[in-house]
Amino acid sequence: MSERARLVLGLGSLAALGALLVWAVGGLPAFGHPRGPYADLAPRIMLDERHVANAVTGITFDLRGFDTLGEELILFVAALGAAVLLRALRTEGAIEEAAADEERRGPGTAEALRALGAVLVGPTLLLGIYVVVHGALTPGGGFQGGVLLAGVLLLVYAAGQVAAVERVRPVSLVEVTDALGAAAYTLVALAGLVFGVAVMDNVLPFGTTGSLLSGGTVPVLSVAVGVEVTAGVTLILSEFVDQMLLRSRRGD
Amino acid sequence: MTALQTVCLLAVAVAGTATVLTRDPLRQAVASGLLGLALSVLFLAFGAPDVALSQIVVAGVAVPVMVLLALAKIRTVDRAAARDDAEEL
Amino acid sequence: MLAYLVAVWLLLAGLYGVITSRHLVHLVLCLGVMQTSTYVLLLAIGWRAGGAAPIFADIPRNTPIVDPVVQALTLTDVVVEATVVAVLLALTVQAHKRFGTCDPDALGALRG
Repeated sequence: MSERARLVLGLGSLAALGALLVWAVGGLPAFGHPRGPYADLAPRIMLDERHVANAVTGITFDLRGFDTLGEELILFVAALGAAVLLRALRTEGAIEEAAADEERRGPGTAEALRALGAVLVGPTLLLGIYVVVHGALTPGGGFQGGVLLAGVLLLVYAAGQVAAVERVRPVSLVEVTDALGAAAYTLVALAGLVFGVAVMDNVLPFGTTGSLLSGGTVPVLSVAVGVEVTAGVTLILSEFVDQMLLRSRRGD
Repeated sequence: MTALQTVCLLAVAVAGTATVLTRDPLRQAVASGLLGLALSVLFLAFGAPDVALSQIVVAGVAVPVMVLLALAKIRTVDRAAARDDAEEL
Repeated sequence: MLAYLVAVWLLLAGLYGVITSRHLVHLVLCLGVMQTSTYVLLLAIGWRAGGAAPIFADIPRNTPIVDPVVQALTLTDVVVEATVVAVLLALTVQAHKRFGTCDPDALGALRG
């Protein structure tokens, strides 16, 4: 089929889809007046029973915790898939040789960038851990803090310390951490069975609102997800960075 | 609907259109970063600080880096292939 | 209503970009635009006029808040879709190595 015919067909079907969608959203409840009763019930449960101040994190890890288990496992599998695909593009030992070459050549980045990268590693690490641990109290949680922590790897790379990159993410350790995070979430979810209640039930003491140990299993699950997301995103980013390290070698 | 939400929605629509219409992937990565920024302000205007935090972190840290690294790898492979072809001639 | 229309527009624009794309990385980023349309739609459904953000750290217990359930769905979605984009980019790098081109029209058929 020719290019023009495809374009005409594509635009025609897009127009039809657009018309249907506009008709569909016309039937939604008026903007600003949602009709779901769940929205009024969920924060009441979160605040009164579970003592979680951040209703969204409470729903993510408690009321809808099963969905989050699925999403977290998607992330795990995606990290695995990206790592497998990118590792097929390089041979054993090539990374170590490329890193040694880069060490000898010296970093090509500006001094100011390297200083900034070095200075920001500590505070970013601290901020990431803060965001993960305080998921039940302030906006934050495992997902946001996890990606923030994975950004530390990028700071080290930007600071030009290629050998430090190798040490910051010894690959087997990252993979093990990823698996541990995913397993921890699943085990806490199954802990409900041990205590004689349903799976994914909130079984730890609830504490008082606003303190760090409130909410039962919510901060525990937040930390498990934080560990898993950090390791998963670090794995993905490090595979991409490795491909950059190999960029000057022929045949890779 | 507040004025801030209207402005943010229009900014998101414009940024999204610009991202689609930019053909060069390198420039498109920049447009995509601007779309991410506009989206995070929109999420804040909708009263969703958690989602805005996720969006800032992902669209600012993870996605542009991956796109740029993938593009650099593609460009390097292209340049090496061109060099091989030039040597054969 | 404008929010819903913007979500529909983003979906259509992203889909148009995917259909007429000539570079695989451009295609992946247009897919990202389509994903953002779902986030805008979800959050627009949950918005309550005059509602506060659903964090009860310092607001009184009975203030009306926006719908927190759609926010929970969206925030996990944002992070997970980023990793899916990573897999797609890895596939792009692989495809480029294998076929020597990044043009979706020029990629050969799958060979076993």
